[in-house]
Amino acid sequence: MSVLSIAKRGVLAAAVLGAALIALPCAAQQPTLKVVMHSDLKIVDPIWTTAYISRNYGYMVYDTLFAMDANNEIKPQMLDKYSVSADQLTWTFTLRDGLLWHDDKPVTAEDCVASIKRWAAKDSLGQKMNSFVKEWKAVDAKTFTATLSAPTGLVLLALGKPSSNVPFMMPKRIAETSPNEQIKEYVGSGPFVFKVDEWKPGDKAVFVKFAKYKPRAEPPSGLAGGKVAKVDRIEWRAIPDAQTAVNAIIAGEIDMVEDPKSDLIPVLEKDPNIKMFNQNPLGNQYVMRFNTLHKPFDNPKIRQAVFMALNQEDFLKAVHGDPKYYKVCKALFICGSPLATDKGMEGLLESNFKKSREMLKEAGYDGTPVVLMHSTDLEVLTNLAPVAKSLLERGGFKVDMQSMDWQSLVARRAKKDPPNAGGWNLFLTNWVAADVLNPVGTAFLNSSCEKALFGWPCDPEMEKLRDAFARETDPAKQKAIAEQVQLRYLEVPTHVHLGQWYKPVALRKNVEGMIAAPVPVFWNVSKK
Amino acid sequence: MWGYLGRRILSTIPVVLIVAVLIFLMLRLTPGDPASVIAGDAATSADVAEIREKLGLSGSIVSQFFIWAGHALQGDFGESFFYKKTVASLIADRLEPTLALSVLTIILATAIAVPLGTIAAYRQGSWIDRGVMGLSVAGFSVPVFVIGYLLIFLFSLHLGWFPVQGYQRLANGFWGFLHHLILPALALAIVFIALLARMTRTSVLEVLNEDYVRTARAKGLPNLKVLVFHALRNAAVPIVTVIGISIAALLGGVVVTESVFNIPGLGRLTVDAVLARDYPTVQAVILLFSLTYVGINLVIDVIYTVLDPRIRY
Repeated sequence: MSVLSIAKRGVLAAAVLGAALIALPCAAQQPTLKVVMHSDLKIVDPIWTTAYISRNYGYMVYDTLFAMDANNEIKPQMLDKYSVSADQLTWTFTLRDGLLWHDDKPVTAEDCVASIKRWAAKDSLGQKMNSFVKEWKAVDAKTFTATLSAPTGLVLLALGKPSSNVPFMMPKRIAETSPNEQIKEYVGSGPFVFKVDEWKPGDKAVFVKFAKYKPRAEPPSGLAGGKVAKVDRIEWRAIPDAQTAVNAIIAGEIDMVEDPKSDLIPVLEKDPNIKMFNQNPLGNQYVMRFNTLHKPFDNPKIRQAVFMALNQEDFLKAVHGDPKYYKVCKALFICGSPLATDKGMEGLLESNFKKSREMLKEAGYDGTPVVLMHSTDLEVLTNLAPVAKSLLERGGFKVDMQSMDWQSLVARRAKKDPPNAGGWNLFLTNWVAADVLNPVGTAFLNSSCEKALFGWPCDPEMEKLRDAFARETDPAKQKAIAEQVQLRYLEVPTHVHLGQWYKPVALRKNVEGMIAAPVPVFWNVSKK
Repeated sequence: MWGYLGRRILSTIPVVLIVAVLIFLMLRLTPGDPASVIAGDAATSADVAEIREKLGLSGSIVSQFFIWAGHALQGDFGESFFYKKTVASLIADRLEPTLALSVLTIILATAIAVPLGTIAAYRQGSWIDRGVMGLSVAGFSVPVFVIGYLLIFLFSLHLGWFPVQGYQRLANGFWGFLHHLILPALALAIVFIALLARMTRTSVLEVLNEDYVRTARAKGLPNLKVLVFHALRNAAVPIVTVIGISIAALLGGVVVTESVFNIPGLGRLTVDAVLARDYPTVQAVILLFSLTYVGINLVIDVIYTVLDPRIRY
C-alpha cells in the first residue's frame, strides 16, 4: 500500500466521522427559554449589591410588596391592601392570601418586616424612608404596620422602588442576615425558583417555574399585575462575546439577547427570525460626573460652563447612531416620567462654545487640564469620553483624557487624591432611568459632602430640598419641589445629564409576551 | 533517570514560588479594586471600605501574601470574591472543557500535521509539498479568533452542521460532546497544524537523506515502512518538542477560543477573574497553568529517552 493511498483512507475515515457528527442536531429542542443577559450572574444577594444582574435575578426569585406599573404608578403586589391613618403617621399593610415561599412555608408579616429592615439598612432611599419610621411591627400573620415620626411621601416610593436596591421579600431567617453579609440560602416567593445545584458561574443560571406561586388577578403591567410563569424553565446563558451571542440567536441556539451590541443591531434587524423589542421604554440616562473636591470643578461657575459647552445629541449619536434608539431630553428626571420638566434648561446643553469660554473667563479658569477618565471596555460608554474631550476643548477647557478599563475607573473614582496624584476630575457613566426618577432616588444629587457618592458634592441647600421632597405627600407639591431641585442642580451642578437611550432586546420570533418594564422580567413570556 | 526526575521535580518548587510571588504582586499593583466591583455603582466609600475589610484586602500586601501562601501550602486556595464558591470547586468545574479542548486540539493537530508534513517531505517539490507549505503560512498568519468566526460563519450559520457555541459535558453523551468541540478544536488546531507540518517536513527531509534510509530502501523495504519506521521515528525528537511547546502554547490559545465559542473552561474563568479582579481565582489558575507548563516539559524530556535510547540524563 502506498503512502498516498494510506493518506486517502485517512481522509475518507475523517469524512465519514464528520458526516456522522454533522447529522447530530445543532440546537436541542427543549421547552426551555434560553437567554443571554447583559452580564453573568455572580452575586445572588440583590440587597447586598446594587449590580443590575443581581437585581434582575431578584425579580425572578423574589416578590415585592409594591411594584411600579406601566404608567409609573406604584401598585400593591404581594399586598392585598394597605391603608394610611388620617394623621398619615400609621401605615397598615395586609398580605394576600396563599403566598408561599419556595420551601412551601407561608409568607408572614414577620418575614416582611425583617426583609424591609435589612433592605432599608442598605439602600439609600430605604435609609431615607426609615429615618421617618419609629417602628415596623408585625400585628398578625398577615398584617404589619409602620409607625412614622412625621408624614412622608417616601413610603410608597421606596417600597415600590423598581431598581437597585429593590425591597425584595425573604423569609425571616434569611432576612436576619446582616445587610453587610451575603445571604447563603436562596428561598424566595417569586414566580421562579433558583436552581442552586445547576448554577455554574460563568456558564449558566437556571430557574424553574414555581408551581405554587399565586399571581394577582390583574393583567401584567410594567412590574405590577399578575406574574404568570408560562415557561417551565429559564436558563441565563453566559456568553461574554457579543458576536457569539448574536450568532447563537441567529442559529436558534438561544431565544433572547438582552443587551445586543449597538453595531450588531442592524444584523439582527435584518434576520427574518428575529424581532427587536424596546423592553425598557423609560430607557437609560448618560451622565458626566464632577469631582467637586478639586480645581477647577470645586467652583460651581466652572461646572455651569460645562452645561454651555456640551450637547446631548453628539454623545447619543456617537454610541447609538440610529435616532430611534435615543432621545435628546433636557429634563433631569427622565422625559415621560411624572417629574420631568425643562425648567431652567433654556440655552443649556446646546454647545454654545463662545458663551462657555466667556463663563470660564469670568470664573477665573486658569487653564489647568482636567483629568477625564475614559472607560474603554464597556460598549455603551467607550465613545463618550472622546466626545466630551472634543466638546470641552472647544468650550475652552484643557482636557487630559486618560484611558482605562471600567474596573480601574471604578477603583480610581473612589480616590479623593488630587487629579495629578491619581485622582480625577470627570468621568461618564450611565443610569437606568428607573434609578433617576426623583430627587431622592437620584444618587448623584446627594450633596451631603463626605456621605455623598464619589465626586462628593457639598450643598446644604440641595439637601434641604431633597428632605422637603421626602416629607411631601402631595404629588403636585412634590413636582414643584422637583422643579426647584432641577434649578438648584443647574446652579450648583453635581453632574450633567446627557440624554436618554434605549437598547432593544433581540428575541426569536417564537418568543412572545415580553413585558415592557424598567427591568427585564420573564413572567408572561412564552415560547412556541 | 530517577535521580534526574527527582531533581526536575524539586526544581519546580522555586519556579512555582516565583510565579506565586509575581502573580500576587502584579494583581495587587494593577489598578482596580474588587470591593468597588462587588459593591456596585450606587455604593458609598464606606460600603466599599467595609467590603474590602471583609475580603481581607485592608492589611499590608506582605501580610496578605503570607496568609494566602500559608493557606495555599495546605491546598486551600480560598473562596472566589464573587461567586462565594471555593476556587478549587470553580477550577474543578472548568477543568473538563479546557482539558477536552486541549486534548482534541493536539490530537487533531498531530493527526493532520504529521502525515501532511511527512507526505510533503516524501513528495518534496511537488504540488502537494507546495500546497502544504502554502497552507501552513496561511495557518500561521490568521489569528485564532478570525479563524473561529470564519468557521462559525461557514459551518454553523451557513451550512448548519455544527453548533455556534457551547459545550456538552462528556457524561451527557460522547457524540454531542464531540459535536460541540470539533469547531473550536479545529480553530485552535490550525496554527499548530501549520507549525507541526513545517517542522515534520523539515525533520523528515533531513532524515530521508541519511545513509540508513538509503540502506533500508536498497534492501528492498516498502516505502511506507521506510517512511514510518526509519524516517519518521528518527525525526520524532524535534516533532515531539514542537508538540510539547504547542501544548504549553495552547494555554494561551484556549482563552480566545473559549470566548469565541463560549466554552466555560479555565480560559474564560481566567479572563472573567482578571476583569473582575477576583484575586484568589486568578492566583490559583495561574499557578495551575505554571505547574502544567513545568509538568509538560518534564514529560517531554522523558519521552525523548523513549524515542531515542541514546539520550540519557
